[in-house]
Amino acid sequence: MFPEYDVIVVGGGHAGCEAAVAAANMGSKVLLATMNMNTIAQMSCNPAMGGIAKGQIVREIDAMNGYSGIVTDHTMIQFRMLNLSKGPAMWSPRAQSDRMEFAGKWREMLEQNLNIDFWQEMVTGIIVKDSRACGIYTSLGLEIPSKSVVLTNGTFLNGLIHIGNKKFGGGRAGEKAAKGITEQLRELGFESGRMKTGTPPRVDGRSLHWDRMDVQPGDENPGRFSYTDTPALTEQRPCHVTYTSPEVHAELEKGFKDSPMFNGRIQGIGPRYCPSIEDKINRFAERDRHQLFIEPEGRTTCEIYVNGFSSSLPENVQYNALKKIVGFEDVKMFRPGYAIEYDYFPPQQLQLSLETKLIQNLFFAGQINGTTGYEEAAGQGLMAGINAHLKINEEDPFILNRYDAYIGVLIDDLVNKGTQEPYRMFTSRAEFRILLRQDNADIRLSQKVADLGMKNMDHRIEMVNEKSEAIKGIESFANQFSVEPGLINPYLETIGSTPLRQKIKLSTLILRPNVSFEAIKTYLPPLNEFLQQFDGEKISSAEIEMKYSGYIGKEKEQADKLKRLEKVVLGPTMDYGRITSLSSEAREKLNQIKPMNIGQASRISGVSPADVSVLLVHMGR
Amino acid sequence: MSYEIYNTIVAIATPPGEGALGIIRLSGSEAIAIVNRLFPRKNLLHQSSHSLHVGVIQSDEGQIIDEVVVSLFKGPNSYTGEDIVEISCHGSSYIIQRIMEVCLQGGARHAKAGEFTMRAFLNGKMDLSQAEAVADLIASESHGAHELAMKQMRGGFSKEINHLRNELIRFASLIELELDFSEEDVEFANRQELKDLIHELLTYIYRLKDSFSLGNVIKNGVATAIVGRPNAGKSTLLNAILKEDRAIVSEIAGTTRDTIESSIAIGGVKFRLIDTAGVRETEDVIEKIGVERTIKELDSSALLLYLFDVSQMEPADVHADLEQYNLLGKNLIVVANKMDLYPTRPLDIYYYPSYVDKKNLVSLSALNEMNIIHLQDVMVEQALNHSASREDAIVTNSRHYEALSETADHLQKALENMEAGITGDFLAMDIRYALHALGSITGEVTTDDLLDNIFSSFCIGK
Repeated sequence: MFPEYDVIVVGGGHAGCEAAVAAANMGSKVLLATMNMNTIAQMSCNPAMGGIAKGQIVREIDAMNGYSGIVTDHTMIQFRMLNLSKGPAMWSPRAQSDRMEFAGKWREMLEQNLNIDFWQEMVTGIIVKDSRACGIYTSLGLEIPSKSVVLTNGTFLNGLIHIGNKKFGGGRAGEKAAKGITEQLRELGFESGRMKTGTPPRVDGRSLHWDRMDVQPGDENPGRFSYTDTPALTEQRPCHVTYTSPEVHAELEKGFKDSPMFNGRIQGIGPRYCPSIEDKINRFAERDRHQLFIEPEGRTTCEIYVNGFSSSLPENVQYNALKKIVGFEDVKMFRPGYAIEYDYFPPQQLQLSLETKLIQNLFFAGQINGTTGYEEAAGQGLMAGINAHLKINEEDPFILNRYDAYIGVLIDDLVNKGTQEPYRMFTSRAEFRILLRQDNADIRLSQKVADLGMKNMDHRIEMVNEKSEAIKGIESFANQFSVEPGLINPYLETIGSTPLRQKIKLSTLILRPNVSFEAIKTYLPPLNEFLQQFDGEKISSAEIEMKYSGYIGKEKEQADKLKRLEKVVLGPTMDYGRITSLSSEAREKLNQIKPMNIGQASRISGVSPADVSVLLVHMGR
Repeated sequence: MSYEIYNTIVAIATPPGEGALGIIRLSGSEAIAIVNRLFPRKNLLHQSSHSLHVGVIQSDEGQIIDEVVVSLFKGPNSYTGEDIVEISCHGSSYIIQRIMEVCLQGGARHAKAGEFTMRAFLNGKMDLSQAEAVADLIASESHGAHELAMKQMRGGFSKEINHLRNELIRFASLIELELDFSEEDVEFANRQELKDLIHELLTYIYRLKDSFSLGNVIKNGVATAIVGRPNAGKSTLLNAILKEDRAIVSEIAGTTRDTIESSIAIGGVKFRLIDTAGVRETEDVIEKIGVERTIKELDSSALLLYLFDVSQMEPADVHADLEQYNLLGKNLIVVANKMDLYPTRPLDIYYYPSYVDKKNLVSLSALNEMNIIHLQDVMVEQALNHSASREDAIVTNSRHYEALSETADHLQKALENMEAGITGDFLAMDIRYALHALGSITGEVTTDDLLDNIFSSFCIGK
């Protein structure tokens, strides 16, 4: 009934979809196995993509030919570039999506890829022979053979949903939990743990008093995620902002005795940065209000997502509290919020390729690794898909470094440090964040995947080259072009910048704060004329490279130091137990993680600089 | 973050303690260039390997530190396989420290324990069979070096450093907060508040640097106040120690109206000698100012030389004086002066109180320079015992001093950048470098530390 697939992807969420297309576009024959084909690429929680640090990840996925950015561009109903006042490394794109269109577009794009087959059924286990994954077992008792398996089970593994005192098995509202995989993996020697996350209630937009809330519109000139020519967003839907109040808090507190969070029924660890509303009230009792973002779930639907009101209190408590919120006085609820516990596998059990150390050709991506967020999941999915393909073709794994991409930081953190709570990306986790900007993900990454043999990269590479050329061209123009004081001083005075006394090079002038090509070009006709050949993004990228070259250079230097340490290869067969001069903690951790090189070893928690010296000595020859 | 194995390192190569010679050794690609900038006599870059060069080491400001012999060994034919420079100087710990300082300023960094040997090994200068021995050496010397360093620090220093670390984390958190959580409904610190915070931090670091007793010893010498009643011979003693007529000497009580300071290196330890105006009630206005100053000087000094005139003082008077000086809590050396006038007076009649260490009793004649050497020995011993200026401690501590300076530099940079209106992402870089510098004393500050701080202080989460 089935051919032997190259890659079977288990799960059709953000990780699974990206894994499937990545492997398929590398040339593998892929089977996407999911319990329900109607919920492929569901946005189970927030109907939004991107945000701070996450937007950068989506840009990186797009630069590597993943589809998350393209799908978002096609289906978004609002776009904002966050953090515009914080400096270019912090600019972060974020979009509100039409949840149903998003899922529909993803499925359409998957279906268009002839390398991808589909199978709708619960996967109950992995066929393992000689410590190698070679297919899956399904609930109908089928065996589907493959050369590799990528697990992207999300919250489905023994998922347990809590609403007040009620609890029931499920992977998501209205969907069954997945059984069997955790149990089998534990038998194979994997360690597993429990995590917890939650989601807010969905309400009926027709019942809300919009005029009582503040409006939060999208950007006037909305941008997009993909570096390709996706359609521009023309019509946007706004979000709204309202607040909780002491009255709301009082209603919620009535249900605290029935809260599974507070009475200990929930064992899993939840994310500190995404607490439930009851948790916020409890921990920050001094605050008499909390902000809520009221987000539309789509362009045409009246379904509304109450961002900031995640809760696992009894449904009537949620309802009574909602009614006290300004604008929600006559609210009708579609469904209550809930908390969900699920199994994950501590990610120190993975290699940097996302292949498990115990079972060859078995890869994990997404929440199964203890992360949270669509973007984090999608990024891992893409990497797992590429690496599954490379592994079965006996090629070296594709590893992104911390100075290459946020996705590199993400996987490096997971594998070397593990995580105590659902892991979310923050820009502060990236020590090279000045290098990892949303404006240069294509320059950083596209060539890398093209070199691996990823399909359909020609046009992207052409555009990347064009952009690099443009940046060089603008830089050399600025190095040669002298600015006349008489022409520019009127402008400098208006922004309170010291007037010029003599001619200076444009490349020097651009270093001043608040001076941009866009603003000064009207005063300098030759510049204006020169820039006309480039689009705004290229000019902006060139400006960033020039304006911040000092900082960029410093980070590059730091990155170079790390690169040198990464050249000292350690390899998976090292027995650290025999190096007695290592501290016992270091020996244990190194044997567990088996770092690929000294650079990676230096980032494992418990490995001190002295241990690194000892390793260097041992690898010295 | 990363362990840096490629920059030029410097360390004191001679064993701790006093010797006739001190050797400072540098290894790395910049070693010759760094020393060359300190060595005006000739261009070391153009000299051949395995050669010796006599000249002086000079600081940036042109101050001559010492006359030295510089030995050049060019890689790969050197101990480490890299370029090595050895500076042989006079064996005073002050001089050695100064030369270390200028090398550090010139771009070298302190070698970590066992690092020269490690480099030798890495560059193929040692046999593979020695690997384990080298590794053991490094491990034993640097495992827990940070804890060891913290233990070595005296009194409240570690507490103060931890306070500084927490304040810096708080500051860095505020910066990161507005970068990573700008969409959250939390109150962000405005620029003026941040500037005030940096100013506070800087003031704190500067105070910490100043209070660094050993840093002071290295930079300024052990502050030693010569105290005693008028005409006890304080100025004469100062001159005897200095062997020059630094202070005006006369037989009229109250001649010294001001404090007089002189520096001298004895046995490799630098002393800052302060001749105080004789403490007595006085109506003379000028002298009165001098007395007030004396009290101030006493407060800031580390060592007191209490001097009394055996020909004048009764045991009860000496006892009374000692009671008074003991209250200051300083290290006390008791000097019985003018023994030449009273050579047979048995000193035990003074029945010194128990807090005066017998080893710290010296009888001498300042005028005839009799027994001055004995006093100098006692002074050196006191300084070495009590200011923890043994070589290893100096290195550890000057590392701390260096880390603090570097932290301050980065914060200063952050402040300037803030004035220039730089955005948060770049500001955060300066703050990270500051945290990294301080991390060499306190242990690394990680992103998780910052995030922990943010999540515990602010209500995050939509």
